[in-house]
Amino acid sequence: MFIYYLDLALRSLRRNKALTALMVLAIALGIGASMTTLTVLHVLSGDPLPGKSAQLYYPQVDPQDIKGMSPSKEPPDQVTLIDGLNLLHAVRADHQALMAGGSVPLQPEQSSLDPFYVDARYTTADFFVMFDAPFLYGRGWTEADGDAKARQVVIAKALNDKLFAGENSVGRTLRMAGTSFRIVGVLDSWQPNPHFYDLNTGSYAYSEQVFVPLQTMLDLHLSRSGSNDCWGNGGGGTDNILPSDECVWLQFWVQLDSPAKAVAYKEFLTHYSQDQKTLGRFQRAPNVRLRNVMQWLDYQMVVPDDVRLQNGLAFGFLLVCLVNTVGLMLAKFMRRAAELGVRRALGASRRALFAQLLIESGVVGLVGGCGGLLLAMFGLWLVRQRPSDYAALAHLDLSMLFITFVLAVCATLLAGLLPAWRACQIAPALQLKSN
Amino acid sequence: MHIKPILAALRRHKAGTVLIALQIALTLAIVCNALFIIHQRLAHLSEPTGVDEANLFVIENQWAGQTSNPQIDAQIRADLVALRQLPGVRDASPSNAYPLEGSGWDDFITLTPDQTEKTTDAAVYLGDEHLIDTLGLQLVAGRNFRADEVNSVGLHQYSVSPVVIVTRALAERLYPDGSALGKPLYAMTSTPSTIIGVVDRLQRQGIDAWSDSYAYQSMLWPQRLDMPRGIIYIVRAKPGQLAAAMREAPAALYTQNRMRIIDPKNGVLSFAQVRERAYDSDRGMAILMGIISVVLLAITAAGIVGLTSFWVGQRRRQIGIRRALGATRNDILNYFLTENLLIGAMGVLIGAVLALVINLWMIAHVEMSRLPLAYVLAGVVMLLLLGQGAVLAPALRASHVSPVEATRSV
Repeated sequence: MFIYYLDLALRSLRRNKALTALMVLAIALGIGASMTTLTVLHVLSGDPLPGKSAQLYYPQVDPQDIKGMSPSKEPPDQVTLIDGLNLLHAVRADHQALMAGGSVPLQPEQSSLDPFYVDARYTTADFFVMFDAPFLYGRGWTEADGDAKARQVVIAKALNDKLFAGENSVGRTLRMAGTSFRIVGVLDSWQPNPHFYDLNTGSYAYSEQVFVPLQTMLDLHLSRSGSNDCWGNGGGGTDNILPSDECVWLQFWVQLDSPAKAVAYKEFLTHYSQDQKTLGRFQRAPNVRLRNVMQWLDYQMVVPDDVRLQNGLAFGFLLVCLVNTVGLMLAKFMRRAAELGVRRALGASRRALFAQLLIESGVVGLVGGCGGLLLAMFGLWLVRQRPSDYAALAHLDLSMLFITFVLAVCATLLAGLLPAWRACQIAPALQLKSN
Repeated sequence: MHIKPILAALRRHKAGTVLIALQIALTLAIVCNALFIIHQRLAHLSEPTGVDEANLFVIENQWAGQTSNPQIDAQIRADLVALRQLPGVRDASPSNAYPLEGSGWDDFITLTPDQTEKTTDAAVYLGDEHLIDTLGLQLVAGRNFRADEVNSVGLHQYSVSPVVIVTRALAERLYPDGSALGKPLYAMTSTPSTIIGVVDRLQRQGIDAWSDSYAYQSMLWPQRLDMPRGIIYIVRAKPGQLAAAMREAPAALYTQNRMRIIDPKNGVLSFAQVRERAYDSDRGMAILMGIISVVLLAITAAGIVGLTSFWVGQRRRQIGIRRALGATRNDILNYFLTENLLIGAMGVLIGAVLALVINLWMIAHVEMSRLPLAYVLAGVVMLLLLGQGAVLAPALRASHVSPVEATRSV
């Protein structure tokens, strides 16, 4: 029966080529546009560390002076050096790391290579274990190494490939900013997207090439980048090492393995703020936040406005295309009232007619879905040509491919429901009489 | 034209009527907002920066090994001499930033040292006494920096300059009575800077909405930035010699000293390239919105043609009867045009409300301002005309139905 209905559907669609083409085109355009933007949105709002992100928290305290204070104000997005070190040394979490971004000039031993800048992350020791960074060779530095301002460095796979042709380079020397560093570890390919632990240095498709102990960076005054915010008389953006008390420029992350620990940690932050106020360092009442990775990304609105706007627009577009298809399908089915009347009179049940008409709209959806898929691939290719930082990430994955087809077929079946139902309401006698 | 019979007929085609009206409403809502976004995005594209864009280029120079302040400062001075001596170069200045760079250094500005709320916010440009001529700025009041006022600022040195040159926009914001010259301003310190000059116009580095609310409020400090990381050289070529100067300049710098890094791809940018980069995403968004709007309108028009054609086909007999009873071709044509106008009116009414709702949603969720009613009105007119245009072909076909049809049974 299904085959017969399919045959009927194809015949009917062929009879009215322009109308069929219009419906298929509308569905394809709508599906293509919405799948393109949905894929981009899906990629950009993904979990950077699946399975781990719920245990990672970003504590915020408010060390700002009393100027410009309003009651519901959020604390700064980063911490000062003093607060960062205080919280780090308090060791109240399962793991904790204080970090900042920057870049260092690298002088390769090979004379064939010119010196070049690499993006760097200055961090305390727990970074690697806390963020599950995979090591290809060696390991990270220890806390003692960090405190001793050790000239040690962990490098990324890409840099290891470039400088040492992918060999195990642990123990070798790397000259950066005029200082020799010993390589203690090589990371495997690792690029959390979004770059959640520091969104200021780059939100997407960004990864550091060298990792240096934060204490070493402070000692050598290596250059930092990213965002800094100062208040009071701490103004100015010319310095590598900003005033430790009046500027926030570091990120502090903690790992808390259970919700109870998170509650306790938040209390600790409040107590800490209270103590600092008693000491006269903080001027404001305790104002603390403790967000996990996904909450933090959400709060920072990491997905660009334009992407969300495009997604909304594309779904609006799809909606118009669907309404259009419902209208055209209705016209098409109603025009065949006579034919349907004859079929009813010859004994076809309403249910059978309904199935037949739905199969017809399903065929339109399937063809439109295929077209939409091609358009979505083309759309994503266009996105990849754009200069935005997330361009390279815009690829259709299997789940999105599946969603495309389900969306296309469901949408058209839904669009076919009303017209099919209306067409089935026709009283056969009336149609036959009028003929 | 009698509207009553049309309404009676429409009541018999509820589903079709509602669908067309709904489609018109949705299209109107989306297209209005899209047009508004296009306008917003394109508005900035033509805004002037105040600098001599045709002849300007910037070099992002990073140091490869130099770390001490005196060493870097000596190198910067030597670089500037080399750049200014080039045949194609009119002038050059060290700086920390350039207009439309995307983001940069800005300071809150107050009029007194103990003010708790900022008066305004100003973008900060550092440079020496050549900065004004290099950028091609017009000094409308006061004087330029003297060479002896320019100092070098390095690591661990943050000093406020006692003198500052501001843009006219900043001067008027701080001292609306026009008396800015000679007056102080405070840039997040308790040390005042005296305004010694006012330049006509200089756009900020930032291009986001926040920068937009402080448009053209910039200030110049007489400072050279001796940071280990690097420096930006702004170079103004002689008229017509931009391409040559852009080739000569990096070569001259490397001849001066090889211990530097100038990115081969993005290290040297003409101002035209700076502008293109700054507004690339805006242009892309405007184009995308434009395409979607056009396609939407086309689909809606096609939908109207399709559904009306069906109605005409369905009513051939009725049309024939009306013709036989004395209705002219024009009567039939008018009937379908009026019918479409009624549906269209219903659609645009819902659509206008929907457009405002979508706008409110966007204000709440993304960076967006209020949709002016002019856009809604323009959209309404556009969609009504589109509807009339789309219905014309089927309506004409209807008007050509012969009265004989009335006598046919099918």
